[in-house]
Amino acid sequence: MSKIILQVEDLHTSFFTRAGEVKAVDGVSFYVREGETFGLAGESGCGKSVTALSILRLLPEPAGQIIGGKIILDGTNLLELDKKEMRAYRGKMISMILQDPMTSLNPVFTIGNQIAESVRLHQGLRDEKAEEEVVSALRLLNIPSPETILGEYPFQMSGGMRQRVVGAIAMSCYPRLLIADEPTTALDATIQAQYMALFKDVQKKTNVAIIYITHDFGVIAQMCHRVAVMYAGKIMETATTRELFEAPKHPYTSALINSVPRLDRKDERLYSIEGQPPSLMNLPPGCRFAPRCPIAKAVCREQEPPEVKISSGHSVSCWRVK
Amino acid sequence: MLSITPNIEEKPKKKYSGLSRRAQITRNLTLTIPATILALMVIIAIFADLAWLGLPNIGLAPHNPTSGVITDRFLPPSFMEGGKSEYLLGTDRLGRDVLSRVIHGARISLSISMLVIFITAFIGTVMGIISGYLGGRIDGFIMRATDMALSFPGILLALLLAVSIGPSYWTVVLALSILGWAPYARMVRGEALKLREVDFVAQARIIGTSPMRIMLRHIFPNIINSLVIMMTLSVGIIIIMESTLSYLGIGITAPTASWGNMVADGRSYLDTAWWISLFPGIAIGLVVLSGNFLGDWLRDRLDPRLRQL
Repeated sequence: MSKIILQVEDLHTSFFTRAGEVKAVDGVSFYVREGETFGLAGESGCGKSVTALSILRLLPEPAGQIIGGKIILDGTNLLELDKKEMRAYRGKMISMILQDPMTSLNPVFTIGNQIAESVRLHQGLRDEKAEEEVVSALRLLNIPSPETILGEYPFQMSGGMRQRVVGAIAMSCYPRLLIADEPTTALDATIQAQYMALFKDVQKKTNVAIIYITHDFGVIAQMCHRVAVMYAGKIMETATTRELFEAPKHPYTSALINSVPRLDRKDERLYSIEGQPPSLMNLPPGCRFAPRCPIAKAVCREQEPPEVKISSGHSVSCWRVK
Repeated sequence: MLSITPNIEEKPKKKYSGLSRRAQITRNLTLTIPATILALMVIIAIFADLAWLGLPNIGLAPHNPTSGVITDRFLPPSFMEGGKSEYLLGTDRLGRDVLSRVIHGARISLSISMLVIFITAFIGTVMGIISGYLGGRIDGFIMRATDMALSFPGILLALLLAVSIGPSYWTVVLALSILGWAPYARMVRGEALKLREVDFVAQARIIGTSPMRIMLRHIFPNIINSLVIMMTLSVGIIIIMESTLSYLGIGITAPTASWGNMVADGRSYLDTAWWISLFPGIAIGLVVLSGNFLGDWLRDRLDPRLRQL
């Protein structure tokens, strides 16, 4: 087994608003190994992106604050670093790809210039040396004729190409951890497939650990080695992708998998989960999924379920699992 | 036998002129004419005389702007009855050539407005970007200062300054700059607030760019458009303000000519020697209008939503 590069322990992140405290991430723990893709799945507002921003420590201040836990990247607790040290980590050790390639590039600078920014910042390289790094980053992302693309502006490129450039910016300093926040949602299906294949390739070449945030179970099945399913700020179930799809233990996980449209079945209606996720400002006392859970019992509504380990890589938080 | 060759009719070649007649007129009105006028004014201001080359007697101005021939006072423009051909636009109450004074006045009026625009745009941009991007307390502080600057009567402050440090070229620049940055700060802050949330700024933070660098490299270049438009549009306002101050006697003082104090000078003789005030007035009007038209054109040009292809 390869080395654990990131360990998140009991992370609590809250947003303090005028109406009260919003517990966006409420005690999340997971780890990611080198060369592994770890999926964070869940519906909108479940805390996936906030978890990612917490790791980068880029929460919108002063409202968003990490109030507890540890984020250990390669032996260093990121929460103990000061602002300047954290800046040195960003881009160099951890990087992130955002969702929309159309807006993630600065319209007034050339591609080469924008990729070089990170190289200049973290490696102190200038001019030709920096350009060499930029070209190799573009090559890593399989961008054709990198030398000509250097001088182009974002508006001259297609969405798929831009997202590759965004990938090249993220990978330009060969970070140990890459967070991808739904990087393919804005792309069309064929480009999406290409992009995912590309990232598998990049991972093989660089051994980077990837946290892949998505709500798309199809993408998870293709990309991830292990998956955590989040619901209302908490991880409900963590398992290897194979186990998760073959034997989901948490009722929420099975419900999610059931609600994916399938070509091999002819159901009249697509399965959907009744109700709405709870307000993060006012969580129910027991299991947070209990109000929508088809198999909830009395204890589910009263006490939060403990995390149960089923096998070495599979754990679930549910009273129904023994 | 029937011919199956399709009869390809040749399409009549449409003469392509690029712009419709109407667009052509609009373009002339908002770009070509104003730009030419402004450029001419600048050239006139620079070459009023060649004192800066050590040749004070050569230049566009036919006469000395500050000393006149007292016997030639109140002469009407040369195209009128009683006018002398050497004084194309007539003379003022001290027999000074109005044309020469308008030409030299361009120097003062244009240089003051350029200076003030650059100073105020610079201060306002710095304040606005810091305020909008950093937010929090700094934002509150800068915005309250902006509110104060916007609510303070500018003329009063200029009067105070003129009284305490005496009227001069630099007093005018100071008086106009000390409050003039506020609208820039407001506008730039709004833009910076908007840009702060944009993905490419988030991306810059992700790769570890410092706030200072983000403001310089990512916020500022994306504000330049609006900034240039605002600067162009304020050419007119500044010239009018300078004229007002000079008119009130707290700006540029005699015998130096500025368009404002020339208009002021002629106000007692409007019924008998209207040319003293009219020609500098026309100059002010031309520059202000040109600035506004050019600003409009730039805005239409740089705003992709208004750009029509």
